[in-house]
Amino acid sequence: MFDVYKIRKDFPMLNNKTQQGHPLVYLDNAATTFKPYKVIEACNNYYLNENANAHRGDYDLAYKVDFNIDKVRQTVANFINAKKEEIVFTSGTSMSINLIAFGYGMKYLTKDDEILLTEAEHASNVLPWFKVKEHTGCKINYIPLDKDGRLSIDGLKKVINEHTKIVAIAQISNVLAYLVDIKEISKICHEHGALLMVDGAQSVPHIKIDVKDLDCDFLSFSGHKLCGPTGIGVLYGKYNLLKLTDPFMTGGGNNARFDMCGNVAFLQPPEKFEAGTLNIEGIYGLGAAIEYLENIGMENIEKYEKELRNYAISKLKTLQNLIIYNEFAEGSIITINVKDVFAQDEASYLNSKGICVRSGEHCAKILHDFLKTVATVRISFSFYNTKEEIDILYEALKNGGDFLDAYFN
Amino acid sequence: MPISINPTLMREIIMDHYNSPTNKETPEDSENYFHIRMDSTSCIDDITIYLKLNNNIIEDIKFDGVGCTISTSSTDIMCDLVKGKTKEEAFKIIENYLNMIYEKPYDEEALDEAIVFQNTHKQAARIKCATIGWNGLTKLLNGEKDED
Repeated sequence: MFDVYKIRKDFPMLNNKTQQGHPLVYLDNAATTFKPYKVIEACNNYYLNENANAHRGDYDLAYKVDFNIDKVRQTVANFINAKKEEIVFTSGTSMSINLIAFGYGMKYLTKDDEILLTEAEHASNVLPWFKVKEHTGCKINYIPLDKDGRLSIDGLKKVINEHTKIVAIAQISNVLAYLVDIKEISKICHEHGALLMVDGAQSVPHIKIDVKDLDCDFLSFSGHKLCGPTGIGVLYGKYNLLKLTDPFMTGGGNNARFDMCGNVAFLQPPEKFEAGTLNIEGIYGLGAAIEYLENIGMENIEKYEKELRNYAISKLKTLQNLIIYNEFAEGSIITINVKDVFAQDEASYLNSKGICVRSGEHCAKILHDFLKTVATVRISFSFYNTKEEIDILYEALKNGGDFLDAYFN
Repeated sequence: MPISINPTLMREIIMDHYNSPTNKETPEDSENYFHIRMDSTSCIDDITIYLKLNNNIIEDIKFDGVGCTISTSSTDIMCDLVKGKTKEEAFKIIENYLNMIYEKPYDEEALDEAIVFQNTHKQAARIKCATIGWNGLTKLLNGEKDED
């Protein structure tokens, strides 16, 4: 059975930590998550017991490292229902998206082609495509959002056309946290001959993902947002598309042979994309993180987080001084402002109560169009948060107008 | 500024400079000002400081942009403090202010209303807010500026 109090014992950061003299309440999980002991031990295990480089199979230690990297690749593949060869290790979501933008977008797009994004995308799913536009002369267009800021199928149908070659969208957006119907969208993209790249940074940690069922062409996500280490992430791509994609980096570990005339034979995917020494401790930790989540069960995580969000919404709704921007979103994010208080001042007031949240512009465009404000406070949950923590947040927000308290008490 | 200034008064001073800052505007004759845009990497603050020098004297100083309570009010108070001063006097005020922020010995008399930020170290994440304008002025006084 899902027992949050038992789960919390697995995390060093959730035991007896304080901030500003109060018990630490961490509600910035969309930025990064805490790590269970198992993940930290897996990282340590690499340095304590196995510290050899990969691809150096001449001795036992090195063989063990190769074996373990391969094992984690299989763990990741099983986690999202992909094949092992379709899993590329990257430094995180940003690098995964850049790899597709530079390795596929720049190689194949021309000035007659078009890339479709939404105005709710995170910078890491916008700026790489701007680069593709700069180099190829292709166009960038935006799928219109509905009045709540949600990506709609109708919106996509309105703008997709025979020139659309790539559609790049987040499955759950990082500010409003609406869940997008990827399965339906990939069907429409493929009918128009476009590829679908999904930014899974905010979705993979929270819901069960099946890339076969979704039929997306690429999926990017980060390890550190799902209880894994920083500096490790994943790019999933359909194998035939990965074969067509150029490596983003070249060098040791991604070539089969080369001569001094410039003839190079690259390895096959995924090794083709993994030039340079890998983040081996990160890979060990990522494997442990996914095993940890699967042990709890993604369905249980999703169910509990939904319950937590509903509880938070029902409490926060009673506060007259609060504006809630995404009451009906599916993701584990609640975006708010306290009336007449600048977001950053509110976040710093909450800090003085031991509560960690994120204030920010997140994405200026959508905020202007849909939220009518320049900045918001983002509360983001993980499966290890509790209703008691939401009660602490609620009590703090009740007096959230007195934000200079943080400065004088 | 009395040394025994109380928290209630301090709050009022901060809120007053946030809600009705007297120096927050882009000068109409901005071509006569040096300016620098201070765009924080870690928060929302994004303010531009405008400085008009007459030989060695700060003839005028303004700022504009988006900022939180602490960055807006600390920059507004800074403008009040250095206007009409020589560059050397301004450097002295800045040095005292930064000493206060970083908990080093400082001269309260030189800081006037700016002493309301003496508790900033208790909220370390706000140090960048309380110094963004002051760091911008330091850059301008050292000859650094935006060309656009």
